Amino acid sequence: MEVLKTYKIYIGGSFPRTESGRYYPLLDAKGNTIANVSLSSRKDVRNAVVAARKAFGGWSEKTAFNRGQILYRMAEILEGRKLQFLEELKKQGSSKEKAAREVQAAIDCLVYYAGWADKFQQISSTVNPVSSSHFNFSALEPMGVIGIIAAQETSLIGVVKFIASAICGGNTAVVVASEELPLCAVTLAEVIHSSDVPGGVVNILTGKLSELAPALASHMDINALVKESLGGLDKPIALACIENLKRNITYQPGTEHGLQNITDLQEVKTTWHPIEHIGGASSSY
Amino acid sequence: MAKKNPTQMQTDWTYAPAPESTSHIRLEKKYQLFINNEWVEPSSKKYFPSINPATEETLAEIAWANEADVDRAVKSARKAYKEVWSKMSGIERGKYIFRIARMMQERAREFAVIESLDCGKPIRESRDVDVPLACNHFFYYAGWADKLEYAFPHKIPEALGVAGQIIPWNFPLLMAAWKIAPALAAGNTVVLKPAETTSLTALKLAEIIKDSGLPAGVVNIVTGFGDTGAAIVNHHDVDKIAFTGSTHVGKIIQRAVVGTHKKTTLELGGKSANIILDDAPIDQAVEGIINGIFFNQGHVCCAGSRLFVQENVADLVIKKLKSRMESLYVGDPLDKNTDIGAINSKEQLDTINKYIKIGKAEGAEIYQSECSIPSRGYFCKPTIFTGVSQSHVIAQEEIFGPVLTIQTFRTIDEVIQKANNTPYGLAAGVWTDKGSRIFNLTTKLRAGVVWANTYNKFDPVSPFGGYKESGFGREGGLHGLSAYLK
Repeated sequence: MEVLKTYKIYIGGSFPRTESGRYYPLLDAKGNTIANVSLSSRKDVRNAVVAARKAFGGWSEKTAFNRGQILYRMAEILEGRKLQFLEELKKQGSSKEKAAREVQAAIDCLVYYAGWADKFQQISSTVNPVSSSHFNFSALEPMGVIGIIAAQETSLIGVVKFIASAICGGNTAVVVASEELPLCAVTLAEVIHSSDVPGGVVNILTGKLSELAPALASHMDINALVKESLGGLDKPIALACIENLKRNITYQPGTEHGLQNITDLQEVKTTWHPIEHIGGASSSY
Repeated sequence: MAKKNPTQMQTDWTYAPAPESTSHIRLEKKYQLFINNEWVEPSSKKYFPSINPATEETLAEIAWANEADVDRAVKSARKAYKEVWSKMSGIERGKYIFRIARMMQERAREFAVIESLDCGKPIRESRDVDVPLACNHFFYYAGWADKLEYAFPHKIPEALGVAGQIIPWNFPLLMAAWKIAPALAAGNTVVLKPAETTSLTALKLAEIIKDSGLPAGVVNIVTGFGDTGAAIVNHHDVDKIAFTGSTHVGKIIQRAVVGTHKKTTLELGGKSANIILDDAPIDQAVEGIINGIFFNQGHVCCAGSRLFVQENVADLVIKKLKSRMESLYVGDPLDKNTDIGAINSKEQLDTINKYIKIGKAEGAEIYQSECSIPSRGYFCKPTIFTGVSQSHVIAQEEIFGPVLTIQTFRTIDEVIQKANNTPYGLAAGVWTDKGSRIFNLTTKLRAGVVWANTYNKFDPVSPFGGYKESGFGREGGLHGLSAYLK
């Protein structure tokens, strides 16, 4: 007799059921129930944002090197759980080959962003030679709490790439999993949970896109929203984002991820510092 | 005072007036729209006056562009983009921009005087800050035109097309430069709308653009009010909207472009914190406070309008601040002694006075310097409020005038929280003698520009722009280029 898994959501480092008590059944091609998935509510979104905001200070102040190590740890744990993800992908309708490619891509993606953690700053920052006696530099800082809507047509890679690129740069995240293919996102939460990622840095919800996407878009304490184009939902989401001038970052489906996924979630901060010129040799030291 | 001055030296330290001459400036009575390198009458047939806010006299009549005029300007910009500008090599584009910078430098004095006349800002400021920075901005971006592939790793630079640009009245020429220079360097063509109270220097810039031989249609300048701006924002053939102005209007613009292909950058309002720690060099800090809030009559989006002083030095700082305020000269913008010129418009003066009234009603304690202000024109005494708390309207909303709110704090954690507790995130200032403390604060303040032991410094190479509801995108420096590239 197989022990079935309960798919719950992930908020602030724990795995509660949705506060709403609702669920939706996930069916396989033959109409059999694979799992009962949490149908998260607006209130779950709010709880997740509180957790993400609370985690932001500590996570953004960790050293870039440390964040890189933690992302690499995620890759290690995902590698160790490969079989579980393969099974889940197949359950959700993927072929064996496609599932294998997707899991490999997810592992590679984590390794890729693990490596970026302490490098993107060097590539994107500038020291600016101002025409006055100041030391002036522009460096990137994480935007804060990022709302992530997973790419809908994949279960794993479409959520991993957005999480990795957001947290790599010191942001925290509230993630809405693919509505039709939510299983891997929940299992990924277990990977995250056992990878030294502090609770609250990544929060993962499952449920209806039409309910959760507007809740993310209109939340006043989310700094940016990342997604792939959702067709008709794009416009209402964009309008809702304006209330707090949330950065609304929408990629065309199939866009390759890379450095830009990190920098799109960073603000540029310019700092001015005076340089004193008193005494000392002028140019001939 | 009681003692007789034995050497008979003059002890009345008021300055004799030293007004800058206006004899060498050339102003037309009437300005048309600048479209396709020609001065054209607006199809609206309407004109509006540009007022000198220091005298309330009309300086010139300005054309009021309607939708049809904007359409004409966009068509001219599109044609120039397709047929000329997108085909030109970077180095050639750069040469035009360099030439514009040079011609502005040659006519710098004329620009400074007209800016002060039209805008109300002290001549010292337009002469030493606005105009040189505007020239330098063109000079800086000119050099980028043939080097765009170096700007962003792994990206092939591509222009966006036609950029619609809407600028505010606080730094009219400088904002025009901030918008036009990077747009041209990146290979875009431009339709620019100056603010309705300050069109003149943009129109003088159009004269230079024409003289420079820049291909027709690359830069078009349409003057008018909000409806003119709306026509630009809503025009289907504009690829990019760059706006500097209020957060309120910024959000309206953002709503208008949702669902279109238009890219936006918004440089919006602020309520920036200026933080004085107890180990700060107090006299320098007081200068920084003055510069932070009274520079350009406080018409500065990044003005240090929320002052936070550590409790144990608050009395001293406020005493010195009040004493320094007494030496500020408020008056004729053209006088070289003037520190604080005219408020840009009657409307803005009303807004400022409304906030001063609110501040008093909220129970904050007001102090205004005892200076005299001219009987004609729009002027406001330098004003500070003490006894302000976070919940006060005057501590939350952007006043955009010479009005400072002062709060105190005990610990660094407290001031970081207070400073960040605002929907804005444009700028911040930190005053302390300790380097490690500076970097603790500068990294924790959620703002796009942070000045340590200085304030209100600007430079073409230095990216400027906000976090949160102060907008998005950067202007200036390498990062400013990305706003005009795909």
